[in-house]
Amino acid sequence: MIKMGAKTMLSHSFRIAWKDLMELFRNRMGLVLLILMPIFMMTMVGFIYPSETSLNNVSIALVNEDEGFGDYSLSSAFITALEAINDNADMMTLTDASSLDDVRDLIQTGDAEGGIIIASDFTANIMSRKQGTVTIVTDQSNPQMSAMIQAVLGEVVEQMGTALAQQNIVDELGIDLSNALAVVKPYDIQVKGSIEGEFSYFDFIAPGIMAMTVMMSVMTGLPAAISQEREVGTLDGMMVAPINRLAVILGKTIAQMARGILQGTLILVLAMTLFGVTVHGNILLVFALLLLGVFSFVGLGVVLTSFAKDQETAVMMMTTIMFPMMFLSGVFFPVEQMPWFMQSISKVLPLTYVADALRKVMVLGADIPALTTELSILIVFGAVMTAIAVPVFKRAMTR
Amino acid sequence: MNSEEKTLSNQAEAEETLESEAMIEVRDLTKKFNGFTAVDHVTFDVKESEVFGLLGPNGAGKTTIIRMLSTLSRPTEGTARIGGYDIVKRDNKVRQLIGLVSEKMIMYDRLTAKENLRFFGKLYNIPKNILNPRIDELLELVQLGKWKNSKVGTFSTGMRQRMNVIRALLNMPKVLFLDEPTLGLDPQSTVEVREFIKKINRENKTTIILTTHMMNEADRLCDRIGIIDHGKIVTLDTSTNLKKLVSGDDATVMKMEIPNLTKKLVTSIQALDCVKSVTQENSSHLKIHATGDEAFDTIIDAVRTAKARINSVENLQPTLEDVFLYITGRKMRDKADNKIPMGNNRQGMPRRRIR
Repeated sequence: MIKMGAKTMLSHSFRIAWKDLMELFRNRMGLVLLILMPIFMMTMVGFIYPSETSLNNVSIALVNEDEGFGDYSLSSAFITALEAINDNADMMTLTDASSLDDVRDLIQTGDAEGGIIIASDFTANIMSRKQGTVTIVTDQSNPQMSAMIQAVLGEVVEQMGTALAQQNIVDELGIDLSNALAVVKPYDIQVKGSIEGEFSYFDFIAPGIMAMTVMMSVMTGLPAAISQEREVGTLDGMMVAPINRLAVILGKTIAQMARGILQGTLILVLAMTLFGVTVHGNILLVFALLLLGVFSFVGLGVVLTSFAKDQETAVMMMTTIMFPMMFLSGVFFPVEQMPWFMQSISKVLPLTYVADALRKVMVLGADIPALTTELSILIVFGAVMTAIAVPVFKRAMTR
Repeated sequence: MNSEEKTLSNQAEAEETLESEAMIEVRDLTKKFNGFTAVDHVTFDVKESEVFGLLGPNGAGKTTIIRMLSTLSRPTEGTARIGGYDIVKRDNKVRQLIGLVSEKMIMYDRLTAKENLRFFGKLYNIPKNILNPRIDELLELVQLGKWKNSKVGTFSTGMRQRMNVIRALLNMPKVLFLDEPTLGLDPQSTVEVREFIKKINRENKTTIILTTHMMNEADRLCDRIGIIDHGKIVTLDTSTNLKKLVSGDDATVMKMEIPNLTKKLVTSIQALDCVKSVTQENSSHLKIHATGDEAFDTIIDAVRTAKARINSVENLQPTLEDVFLYITGRKMRDKADNKIPMGNNRQGMPRRRIR
């Protein structure tokens, strides 16, 4: 009897899901947006979030104030070396400027984003065995850019300095080039990840975005779908039929989940083809995690739906919750960067664990045993939310 | 509930239990929303294959009664049984017996007529080999056969409403609820839908409860009519008996055309002892309810004395509209002390009117 009931309930759920998906696929505009959204999201995040060395054609004003030492000028050699490095990396466009004030003007008008000034006593100092001064001018109105220019130019100048020092030592001590490097820079730093391969910020963010998109689909889609049907009146048509009330939630969830997984897959494909993300773990496990994530969210969505009187309220409630969730669950920024109270909030958000687990699987190739904590938290969270949601929904439907 | 109403509904109740077993039994059904009482201890019975009308203005509580009976809303107090099953405790049993034509269209615009019906049919676990021919049959019945593969979103209001009605018939319900079935339809579609409702009732012996705020609709379709106002059933009887309430004894309803009608004249007619109510229908027509043998003479004399001309006088058969006015109008007079509340511009218009 109970088994029979479960079977008919499932078949009703699939009916409702089929009907919802049918409506979705007949809505051309909606379908286009559905596909465009992850594409936009991916390209935005993928191209905008930079890795450290990705300065590209930044215009830098170059001021050479060096007066030389007699006939001798080291600054022209410096500039030649700088241009040689730049020719390879294409990081910046060098423009000539006459003075610091000139650089400032250029920055103000937006014609330059930073500047390099070679001091007037550059050659003189170096020739008299002192340090030559190179000043890097940055644009404080754009802190991120400023930090980047500072770091990159600093590194370039540093490199050039090292090369010069190396050469000097070769000349003075008469040892060979590689030994000279050991004298100038005694430490060789090497960075190794826990697994082989090159990783970018994108590898960090792709699993998070996937998790977020799927959750967002379900979280905004479910209340919108239920309250929209309630407003239009079609929900009554289902409620007046002798079906289990749960079939309505389940059916709607299946439909929204299918929608979310579709978007998630699209993101994964884009991430792999456009941004070179590789999935190191089991891809089935990735999808299983997404499903589990949905399960942990659905209850919350249903509870909110039950409280919302109309579609507008439902969507507003969802957006209000989604936003902090997006930023607090470490999708875009590592949780460890946040102040302690935000970290505590982050610990109670299911998205945190979905994103974490997904990252472990996709980047680190983790297996189920490595995910025990995340999995159990998600299951418990989902079970508790569902237990609350079902009676609340039943009550709300017969208001 | 005042004593008069109680006797009325009790009378009706007593009659039914004697005659035949009731398909729908409603006892003290009450619904409160945050302290506001939408339905107030409503009690009535509906016999099998009867067409029962709930007539009342917007907001009277008709839809709430229908929603409670169709298990969509939980009563705050009281009980109701449909086919012997309690609407709260045995809601799933009740759902198998009923069909609902809601005020809103229960249809998905992006699905075709057939897909819509198949979706809802499947929710009733009707096997495919029965469901498919039934869908075709129902679509033919309302002349939508050739549109079965068109999306409902492209249908006209009349077509949509016909779809809305046959959707409720998929499970061959014993009881059919129709909430304002002809709302917003053009006259032709209205006639079609009404004919169809009659046909269902006649051929399938379906018990029907319909709500309407249109007097002529209730008059034409319903075996018995419950007039509902402020969540209470104020009168319940057959259309003929209800009309007798108004025209019975020595009541007169007349329509008078006075080209030079003035506000003062209306007031003076209202002030006459024999006049129960006056409705100004437009700039020159008055509808007057009066009692007494000499009502005609008295009123005409009054008009003549005021030096007004009379173009025509018509003696009217009372309609359900008059019944409603008669009943609720009297109620209003019970509360306030003047006969007709006066508007600022439109004199003699009762505040509550049935559209």
